[in-house]
This record gives sequence, structure tokens and C-alpha cells, in this order.
Amino acid sequence: MDEIIFLVNKVVISGAVLGSIYALGAIGVTLIFGILRFAHFAHGDMMTMGAFVAFLLAALVGAMGITAPVPLAFVVLPLAVVITAVLALLIDRGFYAPLRARGAKPVTLLIASIGVTLMIQGLIRLVFGSGTRNMYLDIEDKIIFRMDFGWLGGTRPLVLSQPQILMFFVTLACITGLHFFLTRTRMGKAMRATSDNLDLAQVSGINTQQVVTVTWLIAGSLACLAGTMLALDVNLRPDLAFNIVLPIFAAAIVGGLGNAYGAIAGGLLIGVTEALAVFNWTAVLRPFAPYLPFGMELPANLALVPTEYKLTVAFVILVITLLWRPTGIFRGLST
Amino acid sequence: MIPDRRTLYAFAALIVFVTLVGVWQGPANVSLLIAHTLAYSLIALGLNIQFGYGGLFNFAIMGFLMVGGATNVFFSFPINPDFWASDGPMLLGRALLAFVAGALLVLGARRLDRFGIKGKARGIAIGIAWFVAYLVYRSQIDPAAAYIESTSGWIGGLGLYPVIGWAMAGVVVAFIARIIGKITLGLRSDYLAIATIGISEILRSFVKNMDWLTRGTLAVSPVPWPVPQPQNLQAVGVSIDDSFVYARLGFILLLAVVFVAAFVLVNRAYGGPWGRMMRAIRDNHVAAEAMGKNVRVRQLELFVLGSILMGIGGAMLVTFSQILDPSGYQPINHTFLVWVMVIVGGAGNNWGAVLGAVLIYFIWILSDPLAQFLFLNLSRWTEAIGWGAIPEIDSRSLQMRVFVLGLVISIALRYAPQGLIPEIVHKHHPELGHKKAGA
Repeated sequence: MDEIIFLVNKVVISGAVLGSIYALGAIGVTLIFGILRFAHFAHGDMMTMGAFVAFLLAALVGAMGITAPVPLAFVVLPLAVVITAVLALLIDRGFYAPLRARGAKPVTLLIASIGVTLMIQGLIRLVFGSGTRNMYLDIEDKIIFRMDFGWLGGTRPLVLSQPQILMFFVTLACITGLHFFLTRTRMGKAMRATSDNLDLAQVSGINTQQVVTVTWLIAGSLACLAGTMLALDVNLRPDLAFNIVLPIFAAAIVGGLGNAYGAIAGGLLIGVTEALAVFNWTAVLRPFAPYLPFGMELPANLALVPTEYKLTVAFVILVITLLWRPTGIFRGLST
Repeated sequence: MIPDRRTLYAFAALIVFVTLVGVWQGPANVSLLIAHTLAYSLIALGLNIQFGYGGLFNFAIMGFLMVGGATNVFFSFPINPDFWASDGPMLLGRALLAFVAGALLVLGARRLDRFGIKGKARGIAIGIAWFVAYLVYRSQIDPAAAYIESTSGWIGGLGLYPVIGWAMAGVVVAFIARIIGKITLGLRSDYLAIATIGISEILRSFVKNMDWLTRGTLAVSPVPWPVPQPQNLQAVGVSIDDSFVYARLGFILLLAVVFVAAFVLVNRAYGGPWGRMMRAIRDNHVAAEAMGKNVRVRQLELFVLGSILMGIGGAMLVTFSQILDPSGYQPINHTFLVWVMVIVGGAGNNWGAVLGAVLIYFIWILSDPLAQFLFLNLSRWTEAIGWGAIPEIDSRSLQMRVFVLGLVISIALRYAPQGLIPEIVHKHHPELGHKKAGA
């Protein structure tokens, strides 16, 4: 029993947590690619920016003496989402819209988004320093749930932290909301039409300017949600999301750029694969040790990939996907 | 490509700028900057071959610099006798055999179609072969690595002259670039950019974690110099201040020889039929293919050539700073910085790439003391009005360069997308209405 709990703890939970973050980020990347046709590299730093906005608001609210059963950063999330969405729109108007108006190539926009990445990162570090911060205020504690499986013969508990549970709910709510938005509302349908064929959408009378605006608002909101949830689960650092922007791209590409559902699947796939790749199989195989043929022993570490190469897994998946099916598993768009 | 008037003015302004910085920062500092700039100019030249000549989006520069640096250390660092006296070489030999066996297995699986096994079955066989080869290799390399790390630390170097190390860095990087190029060059531009960023991270994690080969995060130091070092000069009676300047001057001379040779060759290639063919492929690869050019092979050629310069530049940087510290490599400092150099300078124009390299490197380095100056004054002001001083000024102002770099590239893309010295396209048949390249 312990072995199964260990497997669930190490693979299912940590893979799903990582996968949810990747999925939230990848949806934003994929939406922007679908509508605007460029790889928005600054998405990771938009996540970090959102997390810092939430952090500032939480500190403000905390200073007013307000407390809540969930972390304050989670309470102020709606406001942080609005602020980040507006910031995302302003970034577009300031840095990408002029280039689009000139008819710049997608790769020029990709390089411009690298410039934006550097600016956001530089500003965050200028203002907040480069140290690590705790998303929880001093008076708050990270609540950790331990589910006992003694009645099934297990001795170890199943471990889940409060931010992880919140994260699952937020991801689920986002995905459901996005699904209904894209399939049931006028704006959502307009977005899908624009993503399918920009010229045709324009000719059919869809206000593509409005579609672009809404896309940035949604992408900014999702970035803020993903960044804040990630910062709650780990810690708040200026390079919080810069380090995972490549796995996020891997997730978006694996799912097929432009395909929101593919991005979710890609995110979960990469999250779970990373967890599986560094999983130490010895712990699970230990009960079978006595049945091994004479003279054979279980090695201490039977992980497929050494832990220090964990991030490499996402890139290997990315490269293999690009080679084997360049437009993603679910067939994405092309520029 | 002969420099035109704009180029001459730009370089004259650059020389004035560098001289002014020299007056401000002193000869020791500016000689350090110039040495770095020469190495970065070589790297920018490499990117200009790939992006400017061929339009290839290589974002794996950091990976190539790291591999070049590590190769240089392997060839030029003094021999580690502990390693050669231990069982390490034998274990590594076995790992090499396992590697060869694995490679043969994969190659064999790929040839299965000759025995009538085709389609899906062959695909599955190749997958299994890869997996088995991986397990076989891991079963040999893991104990070897653990043994070397516990007995002799790492394998050390070969103790050759550093310039040989630079040349070998070019060779090894060329080999790796060929593999990477073969895999990725078929991809569309933005996919290629993302794939190379990923590959660069893979290369980084290898250099960082193969402690037995590169010493990983423990860092290797001091990497030997090809010219007399300050302490050698001090031993013969040069004063301490002067010794640094003279030692660096010697190094700069050596760098300059390599750089000028590379620049002349690359520049001549641009104007020749080879360069024209590359530009034709860049601007319209379909038409170039129709004219009988082998686009894939030519692009691979460019990719490898550019990467060689990057590898050599990376090796020079390591030799100059005398330390290989894999944790010091960041995409911002080593990939994006070079991209900003080439774009701001003028992609496709070698003079522009070099101008960009010098200018951007100086801006990058000098934004730190400038920000410090600004912050100190601001802090004095906030203290005077009772808000208290700004904490951690040093670490904050170091981050200013990241912001400045981002700002520079945003401004450049918006207002000077062709760069400071744009590519000059000679129109041989204006009546045919050739479009000016770029945009």
C-alpha cells in the first residue's frame, strides 16, 4: 500500500500540480499564437508579474488587518487578475501593436517579446530585489493536508497542500469557463473564427481589433492566475516563471499551437512525464525484491532520468514532437 | 563588403565613445572590456552568418558558448595525474564501448527495412533500440562517473596550448551544430527559435551536471593563458598596475589576430557567389531551390560555420576570465545579448554586427555603474525628505542592465528595424524592380 501512496504522491500529485501550471500558461501562449500568430515569449514573465501584483495587493490588504481562511494572495486574486490583464493590454499597445501595424514578421514579434521579457524582469528586480519572498504573510501558514490510509494498511499519508488543492480548482474553473466562452458566446466564436482564418473573419464583419483586445485580457488573466498559484505552491522569485516558460511552450506545441484544449492536454502530459521520468522505481518494486533471481539486487536508484536532468525531459519531448509531428499531436496552426 | 560613408562615421563615433569610456573607467577596466568585446564580436559575427546571411534563427548561442568553453578547458587545462593513475580511463573506455554498441543497435534498427520490416514495426523497433541503447550506456557511464567523482574529482585536461583548445572548441561545436542542424533546420522560423532555445538548455544541463567531465558547478579555475599573465610580468619587474594592462594588451593582440582573420574571410565570402547564393536562399528559398540550390545542405553549412565562430568565441571568453563556471551561463547574458548586438548593429552587415557587439556590450556593462550613480543620488534625496535610504543598491543596480537591454531592443525594433548600419543590397538590375532586402 505504501508503494502506491508513494507513487501517487510523487507522480500523480506532483505531476498534476506541475501540469496544471503548464496548462494555464500554455493556454495563454496558444491563444496569443492562434490570434496574433507569434510565439509570445514574455508570457512567463507576465506570470511572474501577475504573482508580484497579487503579492503587493495581499501585503496591502494584510496591512489593513484583514484575515481569511485561505491565503490573502488568493483572496485578492480577482483584483490582481484585472490589473495584470490591463497591464498585458498596455504591453501589447506599447510594444507589439506598432510592429503589427508595420506588418512585421512573426519572428520580429518573437524577438520583441524577448525584449519585453527582459524589461519586465529588470523592472521586477529593480523594485523587489532578486531575493526569494514568501507569498504567505507572516501571520499565515501553509496548510498541509495529510490523508491517512491506515485503514488500507498504509503507514504513510497522502500529502496535499492547500495551494495545490486551490490550484486544481482554479485550473478546472478556468478550463470550464474558457470552454463555455469559446463555444457559447459571440466573442468566443469570433475568436475561434479569427484564429482559423483572419482574413475570412475580417470579411465576415468580425471586429478583429476587439478580438485582439479580448485575447490579451484573457491571456493576462490566465498568466496572473498561473503565476500566483505557482508562487503560492513554491516561493515568489523574480525568475519564478522564466524558468518554466520553455516547458510551457513545449506544452503548447505538443498540444498544437492555437489549440486551447491541446494546450491543456500538453501541459498535463509534460507535467506527468517529467514526474514519471525522475521517479525512483526502486521504492515501488521493493516488495518484489525477494522474488528476484538469485544474486540480483535492486539498485538504490532506478530513475529513468537523473533528477538534475528533470527540466531536460520537457525539451526532449518538445524536440521529438517538433520532429515527429511539427504541428503538435492535435494538429496546430501554422504561421 | 567595403565600408560606406555611414559605416565610417558610425565607427568613428564608436571610437570616440570607447575612448571617452576609457578616460572615465581607466585603462585596466577598458582593456578588460575590449578583450570581452573582441570575443563577443566574433560570436556576433557567427550569428550574423546564420541570421544575417541565411535568416536562420539560432537561439542556442549559450549552449555553443558553454560547449566551446568546456572543450577548451578539456584541451588546455593541466593534466590531472590522479585520474590517469586510477581505474577511471578504463571505466570511461567501457562507457565508450557501451556508447558505440548502443549507436550500432540504433543504426541497425534503422536499417531493418532491408530485412522486410517496414512501417510501424520498424518505428517501434527503433524506439526500443533507442531505449535499450540508453539503458546500456547509462549502466556503464553512471558507475564510471561516480567512481571518477569520488576518486580523482574529474578527468582534468590534456595540458595543450590554449590556442589549440580554441581550435578544438571550434571543431567540437561544429560537430554538435551539425547534429542539431540536421535535426532542426527543417522547422519553420519560430519553431526553430523555440527548439534551439530548448536545445541550448539541454546542452547547459549536460555541461552543468557532468561533473566528471567539466567539474560542473564546482567550476574550473585557473584556466591557463596563451600569453604572459600579470604575475609573470610582475616577476620581471613590471609594476602591478601596468602588469594588468600589458598582460591584457597581449591577450587583446592575440584575439585581434583571430578576429581580423575571421572578419576578412567572412566579409569576402559575403560578396562572393557563395554569399549571393545564401542571400538568395534567405530571401526566397523556393526560388533558390528552383534554381537548383540544395537549400537544406546550404543552410546546414551556414549553421555549422556560424557555430564554429561561436564555439571559438566561447572558448576565448573562458580563457580570458580563466574560469569555467557553468552556473554563470544564462540565456540573457549569452543568447539574447548577442541577438540584441546583431539586430541593433544591422543584421546581414558584418560591420554592423561588430559595431553592435561593441556598443551593446559597453552599454550592458556600463548600465551597472550608471544605475548605481542614479540610485545613490535618489537614495540621498529620499533620505533627505525622510523616506529612508534605498536598500541593496548594489544588487539592484546590477539588474538595471537587464532592463536597459530590453529597452534597447524594443526601441531598435520599433525605430530602426534594419539596425544602425543596415545591410547594403547592390541592385544589379534595377529595371527588374528588385526589392530592398530586409524589413
